[in-house]
Amino acid sequence: MKKNKVSLTLPLDAEIVGSLRVGQRVLLSGTMYSARDAACALMFGEDGTGVPFPAEGGAIYFAGPSPAPPGRPVGSLGPTSSYRMEPFIPDLISAGIRAIIGKGSVGEKTARALRDGGCIYLAATGGAGALLSRAVETCQVAAFPELGAEALHRLEVAFFPALVAIDAAGGNLFRG
Amino acid sequence: MPELDVSRISAEVARLCQQVNLEADPAVLECLEREKRGKGERARAFAADLLANAVAAREDRVPICQDTGMVVVFLELGQDLHLTGGDLEEAVQAGVRKAYHEGYLRKSVVDDPLRRKNTGDNTPAVMHTRIVPGSKLRLTVAPKGFGSENASALAMLTPAQGREGVIKFVLATLREKGANACPPLVLGIGIGGTMEKAALLAKEALTLPLGRAHPDPKYRALEVEIVERANRLGIGMQGLGEGTAVLAAHILEFPTHIAGLPVAVNTCCHVYRHAEVVLEGK
Repeated sequence: MKKNKVSLTLPLDAEIVGSLRVGQRVLLSGTMYSARDAACALMFGEDGTGVPFPAEGGAIYFAGPSPAPPGRPVGSLGPTSSYRMEPFIPDLISAGIRAIIGKGSVGEKTARALRDGGCIYLAATGGAGALLSRAVETCQVAAFPELGAEALHRLEVAFFPALVAIDAAGGNLFRG
Repeated sequence: MPELDVSRISAEVARLCQQVNLEADPAVLECLEREKRGKGERARAFAADLLANAVAAREDRVPICQDTGMVVVFLELGQDLHLTGGDLEEAVQAGVRKAYHEGYLRKSVVDDPLRRKNTGDNTPAVMHTRIVPGSKLRLTVAPKGFGSENASALAMLTPAQGREGVIKFVLATLREKGANACPPLVLGIGIGGTMEKAALLAKEALTLPLGRAHPDPKYRALEVEIVERANRLGIGMQGLGEGTAVLAAHILEFPTHIAGLPVAVNTCCHVYRHAEVVLEGK
């Protein structure tokens, strides 16, 4: 393994999150949750349920899997565009989430909320869902099954690869 | 008059939907091989990831990308071909239903843009049917992911804005939205016609072979200039500044009104999904 890859175990330790810097590659192992537009709206919209899982130190992956073919734990599972979930990121941070995994840029306001909340933004390779699914050991619907592909999923991952794109010190790869 | 049973159309739609979602376009992979040897450690790493992803998709029989798209189908129906065995539109939808169920593709379509209940079978597909001379049916299937669909835009420019106006609009769209569309990208650009015609041309341009050069030198030069200037915006692969952001721009044009210059840009990610087949009757 390259020396610049940092292995992280979920849930994340606040001190370790604070020490990560943009450009570093990380490998996540443990339990994380996937959610996207509709699940976020059910958690944090009007009459929202809040986060229906232990969120302290947790990681949320903006993604919705394709169905698992026979013999595999999950189908394709790459990141979706994070900007659509920006309205919910402050709520996720308040709930204790310390890593957001997605693709594409987020606005300055969100970058500030991440920094102030001690949360990192990790970019996973967009359009590499088949490859990324190989880091997923199990995938189960954790909430909102009625949403189909958009349900909240509980994922057990091993060495899930991502790139630190916004760090807790204010570094932001998207600012160039 | 030759006859074609619509069940053949269903079967072909199903086959093509699965094919384009599981097998990466070899022309895109060629570009990624170049990126893998190009400048920037991060860009090279992304290119390597995407190449490994194509292999993983093939080996594991899972889609290249979890967003297996909303299906767009273009039909060019020869006016001397008689369709039998049922309703053409329903046959296309049945093909989509079959592909997404049997192929373990993601069902990403909601029944209503505001009520938003998942239809559960990825239907309906969007269909564009044209009646043409002859007795064959040309069927083009292009499932479209929405990470890049959302990075598309349309503008009604004035004639005075001209060629440079077209370029500026495309670049402004990319600057605003390109990073979120999973670059490297393919751009479908429709110029002229009316508002909806420009949008349709842009979509059709995303069914052309990657990097197809416009036969008219004036438009070819425009395609080349757009790609060059787009790649100087600093977007890079995955929006992280390094490597190529735009692999190709395909322009389709149409006559337009004396008062207008419609232009639409339909953005497509590196999962450039399109396939066609020509069916003949018996």
